[in-house]
Amino acid sequence: MLLLLYSLNPMTDALLKFFTLQDANVRYVVLGTVLLAISSAVVGCFTFLKKKSLAGDAVAHAVLPGICLAFLLAGNKNPWALLAGSFITGWLSLVCIDFITSKTKLKEDTAIGLVLSIFFGVGILLLTAIQHGGNAEQAGLEGFIFGKAAALIGADLVLFMVLSALLLCTVALFFKELTLIAFDEQYAKVIGFPVRWLELLLTTLTVLAVVVGIQAVGVVLMAAMLITPAAAARFWTDKLQVMVVLAALLGALAAVGGCLVSYLHTNMPTGAWIVFLVSLLAVFSFLFAPKKGLIARHYKQKQHKLRFAEENILKTFYHLGEKQKDFFHSYTLNEIVEKRKFESTYLQKGLERLKKQGYVVQQKVGANPAQYLWQFTTEGYERGLRVTKLHRLWEIYLTKYLRIAPDHVHEDAETMEHIITPELEKTLETWLNYPKNDPHNTEIPYR
Amino acid sequence: MFAFWTILVASLTAVTCALLGCYLVLRKMAMVSDAISHSILPGILVAFFITGSRDSTAMLIGAGFLGLLTTIIIEFLHRKGNLQSDAAIGVTFTALFALGVILVSAFAEQIDLDTDCVLYGEIAYTPLDVWLLGGTTNMGPKAVWTMTILLLMVLLFIYLGYKELLLTSFDSAFASAIGLRTMLWHYLLVGAVSMTTVAAFESVGAILVVALLICPAATAYLLSSRLPVMLGLATCFGVFLAISGYYLAVWIDGSIAGAMSTMAGVLFVVALGVSKVIKSNS
Repeated sequence: MLLLLYSLNPMTDALLKFFTLQDANVRYVVLGTVLLAISSAVVGCFTFLKKKSLAGDAVAHAVLPGICLAFLLAGNKNPWALLAGSFITGWLSLVCIDFITSKTKLKEDTAIGLVLSIFFGVGILLLTAIQHGGNAEQAGLEGFIFGKAAALIGADLVLFMVLSALLLCTVALFFKELTLIAFDEQYAKVIGFPVRWLELLLTTLTVLAVVVGIQAVGVVLMAAMLITPAAAARFWTDKLQVMVVLAALLGALAAVGGCLVSYLHTNMPTGAWIVFLVSLLAVFSFLFAPKKGLIARHYKQKQHKLRFAEENILKTFYHLGEKQKDFFHSYTLNEIVEKRKFESTYLQKGLERLKKQGYVVQQKVGANPAQYLWQFTTEGYERGLRVTKLHRLWEIYLTKYLRIAPDHVHEDAETMEHIITPELEKTLETWLNYPKNDPHNTEIPYR
Repeated sequence: MFAFWTILVASLTAVTCALLGCYLVLRKMAMVSDAISHSILPGILVAFFITGSRDSTAMLIGAGFLGLLTTIIIEFLHRKGNLQSDAAIGVTFTALFALGVILVSAFAEQIDLDTDCVLYGEIAYTPLDVWLLGGTTNMGPKAVWTMTILLLMVLLFIYLGYKELLLTSFDSAFASAIGLRTMLWHYLLVGAVSMTTVAAFESVGAILVVALLICPAATAYLLSSRLPVMLGLATCFGVFLAISGYYLAVWIDGSIAGAMSTMAGVLFVVALGVSKVIKSNS
């Protein structure tokens, strides 16, 4: 079977070669980029939760002058020197942002933009000066701008793999502490955590992740490797552990995809493809994630609206029953609208749904559907009663405990009657001690 | 003559950016402008594919459109997606910029635009591209004309909408209470920024235009909170950056745009020192 596929199509051939990792070069590049993507995604989760995502962008841009200075000082592309240089300026940029935000009237976003563009500008100035300088060693230095995943081989790769592993181990070791400062720094301070040291640790981890990550995607797009996997993972879960693992997986998936594309089409930039793919994953999460995704939330909102409509209709039935002193009397559409001004399609659709759910029954009298009669079932009566009760209990609560004038409480109760849970209902009843009448002197019904 | 034209183009670009930058800094939109400057790249390329030329009007429209789209996406992710605004900005501009880089690589042969140019442009080439009236009369570099027209448009925009821009920038709640259409002014400003970014694209590139937008304005804001003073100072700083940046670049033989941003850094540090001294004296 495999052989057949093999002979069928040169594309399949290439795919097979890629995924079996026969080629040592492919193996290194894929392994390297996946590891870099994972480490930046993991650290990115914490910077994301601390709302410092864009500071990561500044660090990424600020790495460029460090690389150039290190090159100028060392005279060659010694990876240790470049690493040290980028680490120092990356760090310095965060210190500058912190200083500007705390010591001047400039806001954080201006500070980030300022530091980002100035550091990057200095980097470009140095880079162009080096390029014009004619040092033969400089070729490939510009690769840091858009990344050079394909060059991840040999000793460099080992170095970056060790760094990524170190970074991941540190995060695992301090997971609890980092979680705490990401969510509630004040609390961490109060219970005696060394918050300043932990902040320092997170800053160092961020800079390290950027320094390592730019090897694959370059300084301009590095921010995406920190922010996008975390933002995408956030749509799927509320648990930090799950979010970190998910972000790492998404980052890794995009890294493999990016390598694949540039393997199949050699003129395609790996870094840009990784970022583009991870962005697509984020868009997918944004739309389709259960619960937090746009579509799921839209659906839920619609369901709520439908339920509100149904409960309002049932409540109107109950009010009509109170007037008639017979809760199982039947009404025409017109009689219902006279009690409460529903829009006619809204009312008809609501009644149809209630009929399906067994809360009302329809009697077909005459040929004209407008003359059909509608009537409570026992279940409908109970639900209508409950909504009415909650409305009136809430009005009592507002007037009695929040001292709001009786003529101002209706609007609020209109919303709360749909939201109050059975537990809250119990509490309200016992707390208010089953009052007989609401503030407008109408009777509060109990079952 | 060459130096004169280069400095003139650089000054025109820097001043246009600095004026708009004042409003961006006041509205806390610095990073939004960073996002716009990155994400106009696909707009420029799409405009190129549609018209088949590097004609500036098409590109201005294409990029202006992309700039608006960027801010709309950011707002959408933030409001409808419950995504915090910093992450919304980061996700949006990196995605669009990555798309732009992919397009540049895919159509590198058909388009005279490489990734270096995207990043920091080459202002030193602009004086070579002259406008010949009737094929003979030398009217000076095209870039001078484009940037002059744009600067006049921005000046007109600020002159006509001075009160509205001022109010919506400082107190948008009050502005909407007295009936100003805050969103309209927001998007007009975004449109102006996008167009300026594209026009500045060839001279200073997509990223360093951010330096010109933010740095002179932020430096001016350090020294004064009064808008007219800020606009004046930012203009002076813009011209200063153009002149000093040019000579710095010539001296160390590097990119002019990079040198202008470097000088912006120097200027900011000096202004920071001055503002601290003034504060401690008073």
